[in-house]
Amino acid sequence: MSIELIIGILNIVLISTTPLVFAGIGELVTEKSGVLNLGLEGLMLVGAVTGFITLVLTGNYFYSLFLSIISGVILSGIFAFLVLNLMTNQIATGLALTIFGIGLSAMLGKKLGGTPIDGLNPYYFIVISFLLVFFVAYFLSKTKIGLIVRAVGENHNSAYALGYNVIKTRYLTIIFGGVMSSLAGYYISICYAPMWQEGMTAGRGWIALALVVFATWKPWRLLVGAYIFGGVAIMQMNLQAIGVKLPGQFFNMMPYLATIIVLVFISSNKIRLKLSAPSSLNIPFEKNQ
Amino acid sequence: MQSIVEFKNIFKSYPGVIANDDVSFNIEEQSIHAILGENGAGKSTLVKILYGHVKPDSGEILINSDLAIINSPSTAKNLGINMVFQHFSLFESLTVAENLILGMNENISLTKLKDKSKTICDKYGFNLNLNSPISSLSVGQRQSVEIVRSLLNNPKILIMDEPTSVLTPDEISKLFKIIKNLVKDGLTVIFISHKLEEIINLSDYVTIMRNGKVVSTISTQNENPETLGYKMLGYKVSEVKHESNINFSQEIFNIKNLSTQSKDPFTINLNKIDLSLKKGQIFGIAGVAGNGQKELMEILLNENDYEFSGDIFFKDLNINNLSTFQRKSLSISYVTEERLGHSAVPEMSLSENIFLSMNHKSEFKKGDFINFEKINSYASDVIKNFNVDTPSYHVKAGKLSGGNLQKFIIGREIMSNPQLLILSQPTWGIDAGSEAFIKKTIVELSQKGVSIIIISHDLDELLEVCHQISVLYEGSLSNPLNVEDINIAKLGKYMGGLFD
Repeated sequence: MSIELIIGILNIVLISTTPLVFAGIGELVTEKSGVLNLGLEGLMLVGAVTGFITLVLTGNYFYSLFLSIISGVILSGIFAFLVLNLMTNQIATGLALTIFGIGLSAMLGKKLGGTPIDGLNPYYFIVISFLLVFFVAYFLSKTKIGLIVRAVGENHNSAYALGYNVIKTRYLTIIFGGVMSSLAGYYISICYAPMWQEGMTAGRGWIALALVVFATWKPWRLLVGAYIFGGVAIMQMNLQAIGVKLPGQFFNMMPYLATIIVLVFISSNKIRLKLSAPSSLNIPFEKNQ
Repeated sequence: MQSIVEFKNIFKSYPGVIANDDVSFNIEEQSIHAILGENGAGKSTLVKILYGHVKPDSGEILINSDLAIINSPSTAKNLGINMVFQHFSLFESLTVAENLILGMNENISLTKLKDKSKTICDKYGFNLNLNSPISSLSVGQRQSVEIVRSLLNNPKILIMDEPTSVLTPDEISKLFKIIKNLVKDGLTVIFISHKLEEIINLSDYVTIMRNGKVVSTISTQNENPETLGYKMLGYKVSEVKHESNINFSQEIFNIKNLSTQSKDPFTINLNKIDLSLKKGQIFGIAGVAGNGQKELMEILLNENDYEFSGDIFFKDLNINNLSTFQRKSLSISYVTEERLGHSAVPEMSLSENIFLSMNHKSEFKKGDFINFEKINSYASDVIKNFNVDTPSYHVKAGKLSGGNLQKFIIGREIMSNPQLLILSQPTWGIDAGSEAFIKKTIVELSQKGVSIIIISHDLDELLEVCHQISVLYEGSLSNPLNVEDINIAKLGKYMGGLFD
């Protein structure tokens, strides 16, 4: 392999992995506060199609980015209202959000689907994604608000008893996660592709979810994990190009397989599980009145 | 002196219970004011209302003669009210420092926090390592963290909900010294307890509550445990009669050199436990919570294949590897600590709950189907024989009060004619009437030749019922003491780990 080829591959890995970093770091913050949002795939698709349509209609990148973010705020806001105020089951609600997002984005994008657009330079977003991981790692471990987020995810009853607003904290982390997913979608339709096609996120939302567990809820591990997962996907194409005969499905399976192995590893030991997973994850919070 | 808190006509009801019924009384500034009552008398609800944790249906609270609307814990903290909870509100995976920061109203740097907490620790004699995670601390140390966390906010009023229930006698006297010093420095302490002697030793005033109502608020000066107890219960509970000096001969259950080597920091390792139980004997395992009771019960039940070394014999049969149901088939019965969710399924009816515990017995089955006739008649027998107050066996277990459900569960196990009955916290959190009934039942059962093991944190209960008591301390079990020769001083030493 020549140097050029290696640099080329690294470049592709860099470009293709960024959506995983965005969606993954958003979900990490959401889960740190004790909420499991399985709606990433739906949020990404709606973010992608909203940005795309706005760009086609207005030609303005700022508007398209802004509306894409707004779509994430609205959708994750609805999710937050359902699971926090109406206390619906987080898993069922998250799945519903994904299914809803897949359908909504397909409907919205139907007319303008094939329209060609000028893509944005992905490197801005790549730099931002790195800064974001740094920011989240710092925020969670060093700031008081970050500590509150962890406390809420660790034991929401204690956090409430100490005077913290569990619901408000979770609203903020859910919406942060939603916006990050929209950005991941925006990146895919505006920088990576750039175009719109139904279901174009191709399961990245699920990989991002797996990634959070794979990273055992730690931001820096998430970044490393994202590039491992992204690298495996790209390797598939290049290995095929140089004639290695492994079925593509084998590579598609890798992120999930790796996640299951990590899950088994951390669950095999109660202490490790207790120290890595937020203890209140997926448990609804009910104020006792 | 001036009143710092005034409760005015507080009323709070939950479905089926009135927790606080027209509660009014005043708390004087810079005093120790105890609230006394049985479990379920409404003490906890009242202080949770003061702390903004629970909303009253009606009524007012005045702080320093001003009407205060306290609708969340954070408003309470802004008014200078802090609370130390009965079940600690600490975050296990976070460090002491992080837990302290979370309790502070203001933002504070780590160095400043260290200075501030050091001042408090030195002044009142706490000993904290800020960098250790909570999970590595003992129960007493955890309570210190809770108290220091409250004090960091310079509170005017400190509420302590049953602070002594998890402490050794030694730790209790240390805590009382600290509380008295705090009050000297200007704090008002509201102290909840159902232990009469503690209240007389510590507090200036006491408000006695019964069934959600205030019976009276009095100075503790002229009271003794008996007069207070009488006021608390409203009637005298009959003492359990016990024939002592029985000669037990036939050994029925035997633990030899039982140890565990778990690496989980959240559990206590058991250390060479020996125990011998005779036919008809009641054996108590005392000790402060969190000293290995959970782990020991886990091994006795064998629900989760808890790993251990050593041997357990039931009538000379090694039962180490027998499953829970196999053990039950040998006529060993269990009553676990958690009534709802472990001993009984709250969403299922009483008769269904009978079947869940008895399905190793073929008489409750018709082939692969449930024999409902049989379990229904069994359930109604339990309800009748054990004074369970319920309209029928179709009622869901979760609808019964704690005392009634406990009577039902214990009745269910006793009716299956066990030769060995193992109970964990049999009277925890239930009303005095049910408690007396259960104690009487246990004693009568032993007189019929059934051997009984009781694991309990409630010393009075064990002293009243058992023939022999051992103390569990950090996974080690003390030598057995005959109840007749026990004195509280010795027991206190044992509970602090100083065995003979």
